[in-house]
Amino acid sequence: MLTLEERQEITAEMQHYPQKQAACIEALKVVQRHRGWVSDAGLRDIAEFLEMTPDELDGIATFYNLVFRKPVGRHVVLLCSSVSCWIMGYDRLRQHFIGRLGIDLGETSPDGQFTLLPIPCLGTCDHAPALIIDDALYRDLDPQRCDTILEMYREAGR
Amino acid sequence: MEQPVSQPSPSGRAVERPLTKNIRPGEEPLSLREYEQAGGYQAVRTALGSLSPSEVVDVVKQANLRGRGGAGFPTGVKWSLVPMGDTAPRPKYLIANADEMEPGTFKDRLLLEGDPHQLLEGMILSAYAIQADVAYIFLRWEYTLAATRLRRAIAEAYDHHYLGRHIRGSDYSLELYLHTSAGRYICGEETALLNALEGKRATPRAKPPFPQVSGLWGKPTVVQNVETLCNVPHIVHRGAEWYKSLSYTDDGGTKIYGVSGKVKRPGAWELPMGTPLREILEEHAGGLRDGLTLRGVLPGGASTDFLVAEHLDIPMDYAAVQKAGSRLGTGTLIVLDDQTCPVGMVHNLERFFAQESCGWCTPCREGLPWTAQLLQALEDGQGQPGDLERLALHTQFLGPGLTFCALAPGAMEPLQSALRYFRDDFEQHIRDKKCPWR
Repeated sequence: MLTLEERQEITAEMQHYPQKQAACIEALKVVQRHRGWVSDAGLRDIAEFLEMTPDELDGIATFYNLVFRKPVGRHVVLLCSSVSCWIMGYDRLRQHFIGRLGIDLGETSPDGQFTLLPIPCLGTCDHAPALIIDDALYRDLDPQRCDTILEMYREAGR
Repeated sequence: MEQPVSQPSPSGRAVERPLTKNIRPGEEPLSLREYEQAGGYQAVRTALGSLSPSEVVDVVKQANLRGRGGAGFPTGVKWSLVPMGDTAPRPKYLIANADEMEPGTFKDRLLLEGDPHQLLEGMILSAYAIQADVAYIFLRWEYTLAATRLRRAIAEAYDHHYLGRHIRGSDYSLELYLHTSAGRYICGEETALLNALEGKRATPRAKPPFPQVSGLWGKPTVVQNVETLCNVPHIVHRGAEWYKSLSYTDDGGTKIYGVSGKVKRPGAWELPMGTPLREILEEHAGGLRDGLTLRGVLPGGASTDFLVAEHLDIPMDYAAVQKAGSRLGTGTLIVLDDQTCPVGMVHNLERFFAQESCGWCTPCREGLPWTAQLLQALEDGQGQPGDLERLALHTQFLGPGLTFCALAPGAMEPLQSALRYFRDDFEQHIRDKKCPWR
């Protein structure tokens, strides 16, 4: 069952379109904001509310990079892997995160704090390399700055 | 980006920067009141008061405004294909394509974050020109700051009657909504965007029918890039002749050019359309970093052909770049220096395109991962004789007209030009069984 807040947020979005299905992408993001990721149960809840089949909705959910159909950590690190960031040092940053967090791309750290994912071009190429954590943008990165940022999120979690 | 409103360009001409004149880096964008004080929304008041929709279409046509999303299609012509009059299907839609995701491109972000009211004004005018009833901004999710600023601007515009029923007391009404996406490059393709907005998988649609005739939910729809729309208020306010006078060439207006890569000053600058490539690279971006030399640039984002040193003096407009064998695209340059592996760069690009393929048509879905695997093999020192021919075959099979949309042909542009200009690097990877840069 969708919670009251989830239903309210999705209903508000539905006002912008002549057809219910158009709100399904925002609905997936609403549920993800509330629950961290979109489980099969979450998918079914949304499908029921929007009068779609779960399979149809799953086909949509799995099409988009930022809808998570698996559990994620407390914070999602989206590291830009596109060409300008690659020229400016993505490989080195990737290796650094893999070492620091003890995980590979697509995995969540053992303490459940961070999920590490590559993401296509963030549109801030003059300040490459760049990443997003949750919904905050960080750019002009080097390994040291990345450590500072990770520490900031660890501290905030305490 | 620090730019005065108007200053002499290196050629001595005074340069106007209508698109970025209100942008104050590091500060909040202009509020609606401040935007009005700076001359904003005057064009809307003029148009709704004394211009017919077709007069707005005409001035945009005369101004030679071409789409800034990458394709460069003449905007006024695009609008003139929309059915008008009482028998036109309704509702009609105007959509701002703010899904900027072409690698190397960061110009729409500047406009969205820097002057949201300029986009709204451009949308209102463009919607009026085609008599649209509803407008959407299709914004990529990752542009969270832009979303916040746009929401605020939209609320202000409604409060001040620039949106909603009977705009400024006129007969024209327009509802405008912000839609944020969920991350997929193909959503920037206009027909795929329509499917995304309808709440579906964002696979492209066949054209014809064109969106102007049958678009969002089958209704007449115009999709325009953010930068394109931001030009419209200035064209309506100051006229087509003024707009054409800003440019160095036949294409009207200014262009936001950008540079990324190992240059001294990566950034974005609003310059006359047709500014020479050399000026953008050397004067504004400061040239390559010390100790590095230029090997090539992708002039307009990831899906454009490389240009090399012999092309440095070409004007960066649609026709000249096409004549040089590439495309102006988004006008944001990605610089390849002489200590970065060309094979690695092309591999990164093809991995991106392979991942972002929507999977609908066979050449793209099957062919792009093949090219990425071949390039991976070259990088790993596992390249075989014949691999370059296999890659070249893909640039044919995935070329224009052979795929359902332009994603795969675009993906082949950096590859085909890299095989042309950097063939020795590719052959060396095969011959030496390793990447010399690793």
